[in-house]
Amino acid sequence: MTTLPTPGAVRLGLVIDLDICVGCHACAVNCKEWNTGGNAGPLSDYQPYEAQPDGVWFNRVHSYEVGDGPAGQTVHFPRSCLHCDNAECVTVCPTGASLKRAEDGIVLINEDVCIGCKLCSWACPYGAREFDEDVGVMRKCTLCVDRIYDEARPEAERVPACVSTCPASARHFGDLGDPASDVSRMVADREGMALMPELGYRPTNRYLPPRAKGSGCSAHAKSPALEPVMPEGTGFLGWLDRLLSA
Amino acid sequence: MHPALSVILFTVASGIGYGMLMLLALFLPLAAGPADRLFGAVSLGLALACIGGGLLSSTAHLGRPERAWRAFTQWRSSWLSREGVLAVLSLVAIALLTLAWPILAAPVECIEMTAAIAGLLSAATVAATAMIYRSLKPIARWHNRWTVPCYLTIALASGGLWLDWAGAATGVDFLPRAVAPILVLLAAVVKALYWRHTDGLKSATTIGTATGLGALGQVRPLDPPHTAANYIMKEMGFRIARKHAAKLRRIAGGLGVLAPLLLVIAGGMVPALDRSAVLLAAPVATIGVLVERWLFFAEAQHVAMLYYKADAV
Amino acid sequence: MTAETEPTEEARTVTTTCYMCACRCGIRVHLQGGQIRYIDGNPDHPVNKGVLCAKGSAGVMQHLSPARLTAPLKRVGPRGSGEFVTISWDEALETVTERLRHIRATDPRRLALYTGRDQSQALTGWWASQFGTPNYAAHGGFCSVNMAAAGLYTFGGSFWEFGEPDWEHSNYFLLFGVAEDHGSNPLKIGLSRLKARGAKIVSINPIRTGYSAIADEWLGIRPGTDGLLVASLIRELLRAQAIDKDALTQTSNAAWLVIDAPGAADDGLIARDEAGHPLTLDAAGKVGRAFDPDRTPVLGGTATLADGRRAVPSFQLMAARFLDDRYDPETVSAETGIEAATIRRIAAELAAAAFSSQLELPIPWTDWRGVRHETMIGRPVSMHAMRGVSAHSNGFHTCRLIHLLQMLLGTIDAPGGFRYKPPYPKPAPPMVKPAGKPAGVVPNWPLTGPPLGFPTGPEDLLVEKDGTPCRLDKAYSWEAPLAAHGLMHLVIRNAWAGDPYPIDTLFMFMANMSWNSSMALGETMRMLTDKDDATGEHRIPFIVYSDAYASEMVAYADLVLPDTTYLERHDCISLLDRPISDADGAADSIRRPVVPVERDVRPFQDVLIEIGARIGLPGLVREDGSPRYPGLYPDYIVNHERAPGQGLLAGWRGRDAECEALGPPNPNQLEAYMANGCFWRTEIPSEARYFKHVNQAYLDWATGMGFIARPEPVIHQLYTESLQRFRLAASGHGPIQPPDAHRQRIETYFDPLPFWYPPFEAAALGSLEFPLHALTQRPMAMYHSWGSQNAWLRQIHGENRLYVSRARAEAQGIADDDWVRLTSHHGTITAQVRLMEGVNPDTVWTWNAIGKRSGAWNLAPDAAEATRGFLMNHLISDLLPPKAGGYRYANADPVTGQAAWYDLKVRMEKVAAPDAMLPALGLPPGLAQRPGKLGYGGWFAKKKVPA
Ligand SMILES: Nc1nc2c(c(=O)[nH]1)N[C@H]1C(S)=C(S)[C@@H](COP(=O)(O)OP(=O)(O)OC[C@H]3O[C@@H](n4cnc5c(=O)[nH]c(N)nc54)[C@H](O)[C@@H]3O)O[C@H]1N2
Ligand SMILES: Nc1nc2c(c(=O)[nH]1)N[C@H]1C(S)=C(S)[C@@H](COP(=O)(O)OP(=O)(O)OC[C@H]3O[C@@H](n4cnc5c(=O)[nH]c(N)nc54)[C@H](O)[C@@H]3O)O[C@H]1N2
Ligand code: SF4
Ligand code: SF4
Ligand code: SF4
Ligand code: SF4
Ligand code: SF4
Ligand SMILES: [Mo]
Repeated sequence: MTTLPTPGAVRLGLVIDLDICVGCHACAVNCKEWNTGGNAGPLSDYQPYEAQPDGVWFNRVHSYEVGDGPAGQTVHFPRSCLHCDNAECVTVCPTGASLKRAEDGIVLINEDVCIGCKLCSWACPYGAREFDEDVGVMRKCTLCVDRIYDEARPEAERVPACVSTCPASARHFGDLGDPASDVSRMVADREGMALMPELGYRPTNRYLPPRAKGSGCSAHAKSPALEPVMPEGTGFLGWLDRLLSA
Repeated sequence: MHPALSVILFTVASGIGYGMLMLLALFLPLAAGPADRLFGAVSLGLALACIGGGLLSSTAHLGRPERAWRAFTQWRSSWLSREGVLAVLSLVAIALLTLAWPILAAPVECIEMTAAIAGLLSAATVAATAMIYRSLKPIARWHNRWTVPCYLTIALASGGLWLDWAGAATGVDFLPRAVAPILVLLAAVVKALYWRHTDGLKSATTIGTATGLGALGQVRPLDPPHTAANYIMKEMGFRIARKHAAKLRRIAGGLGVLAPLLLVIAGGMVPALDRSAVLLAAPVATIGVLVERWLFFAEAQHVAMLYYKADAV
Repeated sequence: MTAETEPTEEARTVTTTCYMCACRCGIRVHLQGGQIRYIDGNPDHPVNKGVLCAKGSAGVMQHLSPARLTAPLKRVGPRGSGEFVTISWDEALETVTERLRHIRATDPRRLALYTGRDQSQALTGWWASQFGTPNYAAHGGFCSVNMAAAGLYTFGGSFWEFGEPDWEHSNYFLLFGVAEDHGSNPLKIGLSRLKARGAKIVSINPIRTGYSAIADEWLGIRPGTDGLLVASLIRELLRAQAIDKDALTQTSNAAWLVIDAPGAADDGLIARDEAGHPLTLDAAGKVGRAFDPDRTPVLGGTATLADGRRAVPSFQLMAARFLDDRYDPETVSAETGIEAATIRRIAAELAAAAFSSQLELPIPWTDWRGVRHETMIGRPVSMHAMRGVSAHSNGFHTCRLIHLLQMLLGTIDAPGGFRYKPPYPKPAPPMVKPAGKPAGVVPNWPLTGPPLGFPTGPEDLLVEKDGTPCRLDKAYSWEAPLAAHGLMHLVIRNAWAGDPYPIDTLFMFMANMSWNSSMALGETMRMLTDKDDATGEHRIPFIVYSDAYASEMVAYADLVLPDTTYLERHDCISLLDRPISDADGAADSIRRPVVPVERDVRPFQDVLIEIGARIGLPGLVREDGSPRYPGLYPDYIVNHERAPGQGLLAGWRGRDAECEALGPPNPNQLEAYMANGCFWRTEIPSEARYFKHVNQAYLDWATGMGFIARPEPVIHQLYTESLQRFRLAASGHGPIQPPDAHRQRIETYFDPLPFWYPPFEAAALGSLEFPLHALTQRPMAMYHSWGSQNAWLRQIHGENRLYVSRARAEAQGIADDDWVRLTSHHGTITAQVRLMEGVNPDTVWTWNAIGKRSGAWNLAPDAAEATRGFLMNHLISDLLPPKAGGYRYANADPVTGQAAWYDLKVRMEKVAAPDAMLPALGLPPGLAQRPGKLGYGGWFAKKKVPA
């Protein structure tokens, strides 16, 4: 249904920790791998071995530099659908193919209904929707609905592919509608950020900002300075003496 | 935004058709004597061709055109769906008008009535088309109060020129001579205001808010996610140099505004050329509008591109 | 434990081991209707614990690559053209067998067998020694032998994959020159654990990407100067006497007396008693045996030996060196680019983290002298280093400096420190000597031992009487005495030059030597194709190459033996090779075929065993001449015994799987592995998990496992006596003498104490003409050259840029996307620029091995990899600029021969457009058509079978 449901209590989403993401692209490729053979697949690739390969991905990892000089940082930044509460990618859809689920807030595309008008991708400020030229329909992150509810999987593995594969544990999955959930607490503790809040899409996913870096950044910075133990003017032998008598 | 030919053709052509209808609805009651059937046939035929051709062309933009009918279902939230519904309703009204006027030559009240309905629906359709763009927050060049007036006035202006064309073709003076030039001027003013407004836009959305990292300092892209261009970059990443855009704006103004005005004035001064001038004005202006529409897309920048090029918006 | 799900036609899950890189993660391949639906990490696997990297996740595209070779190839066009015909396996095997049989019967040295980053060195090394050629090595010589050798000679372990930080307890972590490393998933898992605990991560790296980006502190050091930085940290710690004196006296040779008798034949050697026991000095001024429980040795002072000569504790020599103002933070700051105050602060933080921690594990243990300790005292400072340190010509000593820093802090294998992975520690250095001395190379006879090992003095070198190298790559000669991994990077040049002698057949496996793994790329390609003017024959007469894909190297082979993909074969990840163990347990694993082979290709290991059997290598045939391993590699994995009871795999040995590590072969061993997720792991007893080098429980356990021969402690070599032996030879002592040209060099670089010297290329060139350092880094989502054929990975890294500091670029009027020409003393390339902030201002860099030769890998000839991608290797010379006498040393570390990739110096100027690319290689016959699109896996959803 194209109109947005009344927001439910459950808001499933991802929390991505920019402080630890090393930019390895594991999440992006594993997502592609899982989903191309999954319910939302295939994720087509065009001209895969030619000069200009291209393909559909649900998740892409950018790298940025922030700030200059010693205060500067390099930040790796994975980007996928944020499962917005006010998902205008849904409301603009003329067919009802683009939908937001009332029960868990996941934004999905019904590929059997989509006409491939691309309007939803225009409506998404985050660039999270990619058109599959070959199949002629729009594609996007499904929050791995075909994993997270799959009772055939062991409970611990009922998480999105990108979360379970992330070698740095930078990605967390959970219910952001529940203030007591692990993900909500992480967001509260680390001041998790919503992207482009000014546009009013109210994304569910949150990003944990990188921690301050540099010389004064940790408890260790308070370590006492090392004092030379070489008695004045005694040189190496004086030093040795101290060592032997200590 | 990538200026897709199918969408440009669609908006321009349907704008012409609906613009003609809006003007027919307005001016039929003013027309002296019983409406001319030949003029009716030519003008309605032209409008139908524009609208139908436009709609057809728009389906070329679809990944799954065979499912296009599904687009009528979500009129409660989607402007695209509303546009679709309105387009069909207005087509029905136009068909009825065609039946009533050139085919059956029904009583004037009946023709005027049907025309009024068709005109209203046409205006609504153009407005709905404009609203599709107007409602997209990620594209500041579209998401503003000038988008709808632009579409409406340009539809009226090009409709006016093409009605004059139909008049010249059939030898019927339907619109008062001043109407089309005034509409062209109006559209030009509105479009100029649109450009003035949108050129000065300062987006609150920056790479800083897009990444959430703005507070830490200036954000610069280091590595793109993929070295190969992807859908988003191709669809949203279209960029046109300022210099280029300015030139194209002049071309659009020249062909879309100046040329038709000069032609109409020249025709007024040299009656022998009048008919040819009018016949020429509409197509020349349409080329101008096509350029304008190309720019409408080409100049629009999508905030998603901030992730790729820090200064995209 | 991962049980196999019931195999049904529809859906089943098979475990095996990833080989999208050498990290060797455990994977689960989910199959549906026989097709690969999905590959994920095996949650039970000790290496990756369920995670999978980008490459591993793209495994299916590697397996299905249209660059896969499909049949044996025989060259028909000129070498390097890529013109081949396909031939039968019979013909291929017969060609090789005949040739090798003849070589073996006449001069076995004329076969040079060199392998890349394969993980079958347990087989290939043994095979070479059965064949009887000393000319064998794998890729370690150009990869990181500095790491391996410096560690093994210093403390019997190493960074690389031979140990790991104590992720659970470390509070302070120094990471030197690592972009990705071999244990790439474990490293990421570990970093994340450190972060979760709030430990501080300091990355020392000229470039701020990847791990350096998430480090709490990034030190953008000037390349090649880490040794200075570390020496300065050592100086600061010494000055404050913030050192672990107890660890030094009890577990290292710091207190051992070094003979001070300039000019004598034993000057600088350890003073020993008649029984050979090292001597120490105690507080009373008495000299006695080291580690005598009744004596407390001192670290400073002058002892008088029984013969009246002087000797001083090695620690004192070391301290004297590092207290020198040469290593003052103010002095080193200019060269390293790190501020003096930062160096002082880091030293203070290290000391505080090591010595003020309350970390004490309540685990009683007993050391090798029988002293019982109620707890294990932690020193939660850990370090890790890789090619940023090792790929320099001063890498051996720089790495030794890092180990010295660890020793001073007492962190090696202490809780919170750097921990050994079994089978390490081994004696420092391991007691294996390289075989291949002239007398031991006999036609139709195996070598007397393995071709690679650890010399401890000139007598272990492989040189002729006149000092001429015995090996083609000159490993273990005076050019590279401690070349513990061989020098693969010199093989092609030496084979071409016939220096030290001509060879007949160059047999290579899994190394793209005409492209990304060679230095002096243009010359290498010429040498591979060059012909002798007199005879018209190729100067390298015959090249056999095994690859699975149409790589650049394939085009230069005369005969190509096509391999399978990693999902089609058995492999063995053996403790006899680079281990996958972790600090708490020993482990090994296998790969097994997951999908059937549908091309005319064969697993290389099978082929090698078959060739060996055809030649009649003693270990591969029975008395009656029939093949000893008719079941080929799987048979060999299970039944081959290196020593009685010791085979390639340690798990489930014994007829009934009743033995671990040592025991007779178990015919069902592979099945046992498969039932356990294709790996085996056993835990180290808890009291044996730290201080392994001196922990009696560990030493006993390791001996029982066959990891070490005897339960003897591994004493850390603060002072490396072996090096001094070479030095003494260089100053004229002993019967085995270096040629005069090498004397000075050996004297300088075989310093038994670590020191810093400027990398050779920079020193030879000066910094005016070539002001910039040029580096490469491993991209996390691409494995060397072999990821470019991968439809998914090449979208991520389809071309590479040259990254330049914004300030430097702007000063030269260079903007983003401009093209520049890089020029080294050896060559030039063009590259497209990207500006960045987080890079040492004197450094430019790019992602490694993205550039491709047009036509290779079954990519379109105008692929971005070829048109915009570039390779730094065109600039890197394998030889240093000529010395005064015209002699050109290898561009390598003088101790180990490690290739000095990162010594490269260049200048940069803006150009209008890229240079034209090399002509396209021909496509070998039989390759699949490149599909115009992929929609991999679409059919699974259609079948609506839950995965
Ligand atoms: N994804 C992926 N993983 C791989 C590989 C791959 O190709 N792809 N290759 C595998 C192989 S064969 C190897 S050898 C390992 C190597 O793994 P790494 O050791 O991580 O190798 P490099 O990428 O060469 O990284 C060297 C790092 O050292 C830095 N560096 C260069 N010079 C200096 C210096 O003088 N001082 C300091 N402090 N830093 C310096 C560089 O900036 C770079 O970050 O990776 C293995 N893992
Ligand atoms: N400039 C620069 N050059 C470098 C380095 C650097 O840092 N900078 N690093 C150096 C280092 S450390 C290394 S290890 C080398 C690595 O360089 P190489 O060892 O050449 O590595 P690859 O490119 O992975 O090439 C190995 C070959 O193995 C083939 N192959 C892949 N899978 C299989 C298989 O299953 N069977 C067989 N038979 N073949 C297979 C591939 O097709 C490829 O041709 O590069 C070195 N070169
Ligand atoms: S897998 Fe994890 S660490 Fe790697 S890019 Fe994705 S979020 Fe970052
Ligand atoms: S991120 Fe984009 S696609 Fe996803 S819900 Fe929000 S607007 Fe829609
Ligand atoms: S592309 Fe498909 S999902 Fe998107 S708006 Fe159009 S019909 Fe809806
Ligand atoms: S949640 Fe699933 S679909 Fe979404 S990015 Fe992660 S892996 Fe891809
Ligand atoms: S690090 Fe990646 S590619 Fe390497 S073995 Fe592990 S999963 Fe495979
Ligand atoms: Mo390597």
